[in-house]
Amino acid sequence: MTLKLPALAAVLAAGLGLAAQTPGAYVLRDARVVRVSGPVMERANVVIRDGLIEAVGENVVAAADAWVIDCKGLTVYPGLIDALSTWGMPSGGGGGRGAPPAKGPEDRPLNASWTKAADLIAPADRVFENVRNTGFTTAVVFPTGNIFSGQGSVVNLAGDRAGQMVIADSVGQYVTLRTNGGRGGYPASLLGSIAYVRQIYLDADHYRTARAIYDKHPEGLPRPAYDRAVEGVLATSRVLLPADHEIEIARMLLLGKELKRNVVLYGGHEAWRTVGPLQQAQTPVLISLKYPAKDRDADPAAEEPLRVLEFRDKAPSAAAALAQAKLKFAFYSDGLTNPRTLAAAMRKTLDAGLKLEDAVRALTLTPAEIYGVADRLGSIDKGKIANLVVTDGDLFAEKTKVKYTFVDGAKFEPLPEQPAQRPAAKGADR
Amino acid sequence: MKSGVIATLICAGLALGADAPVLIQNATILTVTNGTVKGSILLENGKIAAIGERLTAPAGATVIDGSGKYVMPGIIDCHSHIMADAINEGSVAVSSMVQMSDVLDPEDIAIYRALAGGVTTANILHGSANPIGGQTLVMKMRWGKNAEEMKFEGAMPGIKFALGENPKRRGNAAPGAVVNPAALRYPATRMGVEDVIREAFTEAKAYKASWDEYQAKTARGELAIPPARNLKLEPLVEVLEGKRLVHAHCYRQDEILMLLHVADEFGFKIRTLQHALEAYKLAPEILAHGAGVSTFADWWAYKMEAEDAIPYNAAILARRGVVVSLNSDDPELMRHLDKEAAKTMKYGGLSETEALSLVTINPAKQLLIDKRVGSLEVGKDADVLLYDGHPLSNLSKVVKVWIDGHEYFDRGRDIEERTKKETEKKALQQKAGAGSHEEESDEGDE
Repeated sequence: MTLKLPALAAVLAAGLGLAAQTPGAYVLRDARVVRVSGPVMERANVVIRDGLIEAVGENVVAAADAWVIDCKGLTVYPGLIDALSTWGMPSGGGGGRGAPPAKGPEDRPLNASWTKAADLIAPADRVFENVRNTGFTTAVVFPTGNIFSGQGSVVNLAGDRAGQMVIADSVGQYVTLRTNGGRGGYPASLLGSIAYVRQIYLDADHYRTARAIYDKHPEGLPRPAYDRAVEGVLATSRVLLPADHEIEIARMLLLGKELKRNVVLYGGHEAWRTVGPLQQAQTPVLISLKYPAKDRDADPAAEEPLRVLEFRDKAPSAAAALAQAKLKFAFYSDGLTNPRTLAAAMRKTLDAGLKLEDAVRALTLTPAEIYGVADRLGSIDKGKIANLVVTDGDLFAEKTKVKYTFVDGAKFEPLPEQPAQRPAAKGADR
Repeated sequence: MKSGVIATLICAGLALGADAPVLIQNATILTVTNGTVKGSILLENGKIAAIGERLTAPAGATVIDGSGKYVMPGIIDCHSHIMADAINEGSVAVSSMVQMSDVLDPEDIAIYRALAGGVTTANILHGSANPIGGQTLVMKMRWGKNAEEMKFEGAMPGIKFALGENPKRRGNAAPGAVVNPAALRYPATRMGVEDVIREAFTEAKAYKASWDEYQAKTARGELAIPPARNLKLEPLVEVLEGKRLVHAHCYRQDEILMLLHVADEFGFKIRTLQHALEAYKLAPEILAHGAGVSTFADWWAYKMEAEDAIPYNAAILARRGVVVSLNSDDPELMRHLDKEAAKTMKYGGLSETEALSLVTINPAKQLLIDKRVGSLEVGKDADVLLYDGHPLSNLSKVVKVWIDGHEYFDRGRDIEERTKKETEKKALQQKAGAGSHEEESDEGDE
């Protein structure tokens, strides 16, 4: 009995998938087109062919084979990008369980820098459908669980095989400042984690130098040891550092300067306090959509300091502050998968002063720029990947519905919302 | 938002050097190094501009009537763990690769409270979990500034060492406890502590030699691969080269002697012996090595190795010519170091000036910052305290604190602002309470 519903859903999903593949071309006719790369077109056509945007404009026409979708009253946006995601990644991972206690950075504790999200992604993950229904078509997915967690990949959120979903396979190293969590061994503190990150990047620079010298003149020189942890950090020059509170942002800006890498900060909830230093460093910030909230189990009688109350109150205004300063920022899901929660977080951000156009940019072109894929993603332009979201109103507005999403030119249509299933209904099945 | 704007304005003002000169008149001025002056002190451009019986106020100066009040130099705490998000990297016996400067928390309320107790400078140390701990630094209590701006410019960096019970604890399972032997960390004895320090400096010398060899080779035009930079050994090389101060946590005379011998043998200096409750037994040896002692006035017997202590420790060492300071090692004790100093008058009979030296000029000497701070002298940093009575009296309070001529604490203003802060907090609490019903749960998450 319990099989029935999921089975039905699978059939439906397969059907939709098939339907999406049949035509090679679509024309979205008479839509309001938010290109992001240029001014909004109030009434225009978007032609999609073989997974790419073939044309966009007021008078463009498609060949007769294109499926016509009447988009009168609808708005077309570029597909949204989750700038730091775990969607489709295996859970758990890392932690270094079973490993003997590390005696220092040289033992490479909590390190999986060589792993790549593109190699781990599970195409059948149910989360993809969920988030497509919010308008997300792409995510920059990262392995998690370690200090050097691995390399992120830009992936499209639909596809039968992981390989087809990948747009760029190595776009950044995801660094956390976690500790071994009391299992013994290095690092046991924030002190140790930061020193570890610093040492690894020095080691990476040395590795490159030593290899270059050795490869030219191997005779008579000591052979540098192979080190996969260092190979992993050398695979990408971009490094993502955790920075949520003001003091963390200040710290990571300093560390970032030392690392001499392409630094991206993530967290960002107190970035409104650090606009000046961020402007000086010109460091992009990824803002977590999981806004800080009081712990559900918190003691209701406990006195919270003014600073903590302010931190929670102001977090949704970080984006607006960065937008005003013309700083690069993007949003990320931070583990959230529920479309309604994601939309609610975006509404909070808009209520706190961010303009809708800036919000859309921060979910499309800006993350594409941050990760160096703006030549193929992030706006509605001829030749770019046909990732689009079509809505019946402004994105994130309470009543707006996503009508279609296109991923690599394949059309997906959210199923109409089902009323919540009740136990009684289950009983009737018996 | 409002406080943010005010903070910005204050910062902008500071950047412009906009602090008006301050003239304190008719006060009792305890200079610490040049006796007591009944008169005035002028703070201008961040420095002490003049001290004298009669001074005229320059244009735009803030004039403060110091009648019945006392002025003294800002207190310096040679051993503190405030304003840090982590204290120990105890997983390894040598954690010299870690830096306290990486984990500073300039928002720690303990800074403000220390300021209210007259502390203007503190030596922020790594903990004592391992024989060789992390890199340390000297900070000024410039409350409201960021961590970078609070660093004591030009102060020599330090490193923490620790002897005795703490560093050997991780090598011993608690009696009766079931412990994974792999989780135990060498050393387990005082002998092991000595061995760890010797090994580390032997390694540091070899590391230095590897760089020297590389440089010699490249100078001769030979092809060579440079050694990898080692962040654990670099600070130890700096210690050997006299570019980094060693602050060594210790208690017993046997371990103090051991450390002095090891340092002499390897050719480096111990700058301060921290706690050093048995140092009174070793005044000549400590003096011969050139180490300073930073201790407690009358705090001991909290563990076995802190047993054989006497409240005369500071006085005995001071009278024998050792540079002695009193430190806090604790955010609460940090707020009344002045009163700790007073205890040495009762135990050991130090004079007022000698007692005050223990928390001002002496720690400044130990940290090699005495050219800048530690006494009231023309040309030194205007790190100045105003008291409503004699600083060594239990009844006196700090009423104002300046650092670099900028007023960072004012008792009256503090009391005034309490209601304002309370209102601000209430408003936020109400707002948060009203909004809590709208929170949506992320039910789709698994």
